[in-house]
Amino acid sequence: MENWKDNRLVFWVTALPGVFWLFVFFLVPLTLIWLMSFGEKTSILDIEITGTLANYARTFQAVYLKIIWKSLWISVLATAVCLAIAYPVAFGICFSPKRWRPLLLLLVILPFWINLLIRTYALIAVFRTRGTLNFTLEWLWNLAFLDKLIGPFQPLELLYNNGAVIVGLVYVFMPFMVLPLYATIERLDRSYLEASLDLGASQWRTFFSVTVPLTMPGIVSGIILVFIPMLGMFLVPDLLGGTNAIMIGNVITDQFKAANDWPFGAALSFLLMYITFAALAVRAFVDARSKGRVGV
Amino acid sequence: MKRGPLDYGRSPWLIAFAIVTFIMLYAPIAQLIVFSFNDSKRNVVWRGFTLKYYQKAWNDVSLVEAFVNSITIAVMCTIVATIIGTAVALWLWRFRFPGKTAVEGFMALPIVIPEICMGVAMLVFFSRMGRWIGSFESGPIYWWSELFSIWPLNLGAITAAHIAFSFPFVAVVVRSRLAGFNRELEEASRDLGASEWQTFVNVILPYMKPGIIAGALLSFTLSLDDFVITFFSAGPETNTFPVKVYSLVRRGVSPDINAASTALIVITVVATILAMKLQTPEKQG
Repeated sequence: MENWKDNRLVFWVTALPGVFWLFVFFLVPLTLIWLMSFGEKTSILDIEITGTLANYARTFQAVYLKIIWKSLWISVLATAVCLAIAYPVAFGICFSPKRWRPLLLLLVILPFWINLLIRTYALIAVFRTRGTLNFTLEWLWNLAFLDKLIGPFQPLELLYNNGAVIVGLVYVFMPFMVLPLYATIERLDRSYLEASLDLGASQWRTFFSVTVPLTMPGIVSGIILVFIPMLGMFLVPDLLGGTNAIMIGNVITDQFKAANDWPFGAALSFLLMYITFAALAVRAFVDARSKGRVGV
Repeated sequence: MKRGPLDYGRSPWLIAFAIVTFIMLYAPIAQLIVFSFNDSKRNVVWRGFTLKYYQKAWNDVSLVEAFVNSITIAVMCTIVATIIGTAVALWLWRFRFPGKTAVEGFMALPIVIPEICMGVAMLVFFSRMGRWIGSFESGPIYWWSELFSIWPLNLGAITAAHIAFSFPFVAVVVRSRLAGFNRELEEASRDLGASEWQTFVNVILPYMKPGIIAGALLSFTLSLDDFVITFFSAGPETNTFPVKVYSLVRRGVSPDINAASTALIVITVVATILAMKLQTPEKQG
C-alpha cells in the first residue's frame, strides 16, 4: 500500500467523490434529524432546536414504551427463529457435495434480492382469510370428513396479529442469517469435531460444546445483521400486522407522515440508531475476543 | 455405503429440513407468479391461463409511469454509484493514510443503519432544501430549481438518496475484486514506461471489470428494490414502482399486482444472477 503523500493527486481524485456524496447526502441529513430530536415544534412548519430532551422523555411514556418493548421482543423472537432455521440450513450446505454449494447458496440468497414489498405481498396471499393456507386446511378438513362430523371449516384469522408479523419477519430475513453462518461453518476446522467424537462425546454434545462456540462469530454477525433491520422494519408490521401489531418503525412513519411531529419522530429514529450502535459495539467486542482466543 | 460420523451432508434429517425450508422460501413467490397468469379474480384456484392481467397492468398509465420512473432512477443511480464506488474502492485499496479505519467504518454506515432512519433523514433534508430553494424568486438558484422540476431531473432527490446507500456496496464488491490483484503487474507496467493513467486504463481497469459490472448490477437491483427510502424522499407528485405497488397492496390482493410484481421479479433475478456469475472469481491457472 502506498502512503497517501506519495501521490496526492490520485489520492484526492479517488477520495473526494465518495466522501463528498456521503457527507452531503448522508451525514448532513442524519445530523439534521439528530439536531431535530432536540427541537420543538413552533408552528405547523417550523421547528426550533432548543436543546430540549422532551422528545426523548416522551419515548418513555407508557404508550411508546409498550411499543418499543413489543418491537424488541418481536425482533428477538423472530431473530431466534431465524437462527434456529438458518443454522441447520447453513450447516447442511457446508457439508453438501462441493459442486452443489454455489447453487444452494444462490437459492438461499435469491429471495433476498426479490423486492421486500413483493415478498410481503406474497405472504398476504398465503395467510389471508381466503388465502392458500386456509384453502388447503379446508381441503384437508373436508378430506378427513370433519365437515360431516363437526361442521363446515371455519377459516382461521391468520393475518393482523403478532404471529403474522413474526412469521413475516422470519420469512423476509432468514436468507440474510444463512450467509454469515455459512461463512464461518465453512472455515470450521473439522478435525476438532472428529477429535470430540473420537473422545466419546455424543453428536449433540459435540455440536453444543465444539461447533457452536467455534462458530460464535458467525452467529453474532448473523444475529446483528438480522436484528437491526427487523427492529426498524415498518413494511412487514404495516402490511401483515395492521393496527394490532405496531412496531417502532410504524410510529416513526406516523410522526413523519400523518401525525406531523418531526422532532418526536427524529428522537424515535435516533433511539433506533443508539440501539444499532450498541449492537455494533457488541459485535466488535465479540470479534476482538474471538481473535484474541485464536492468537493464544 | 454407511454414513460416517461427520457426513452431515447425507443426514436425512438435515436434508429434509433444508428441503422444507427451501419450499417455504419459494412457495409464496411461486404462487404469486403462477397466479399472475390465472384467469380468476379470487385467485385461490387455478382457472386457466391468461395474460389479461399483464395487459391490464400495461394499460394502467400510473403504474407504467411509476415503472418508467423506477427504471430511470435505477439507471441514473447505477451510473453515478458505480463511478463513485469504484473510486472509493481504488482509494481504500491503494492508499494508507491516517484515520483510514474511521473512514472505512463511516463508509459502512449506510449499509448497517436501519433503513427507516436514513429514510426520515432524507425526508427532512430534502424538505428543508426545498423550502430554502423555494425562497428564491429569481437568480441562479431559482433557475436551477426550475431546471430540476423537469423530468427526469425531478427524480434527482430520490436518485441522490439511492446513490448514497448503494455506492458503499459497489465499493465493497470492487475492493474484494481488487484484493486479488497482483501488484507486480502494475509495477511491470510502470517499469515498461507506461504512465499512471495508461497503467490504470490498460492494466488495473481490465482486471477490475468483472467487479465493476457486478457492483453496477448490485446497485441497479438495490435502487429498483428500494421502498423505504423512496417512500420518504419522494414528493407527493412522483411515484416509483414499489411506492405505487404499496398503495395498491394496501387495498388488498389482486392479480394485476401479481403481474406487475412478476415483471419486477424477473428483472431483479436476472440482474442478480448475472452479478453473482461475475463475482465468482475465475479459476487461476
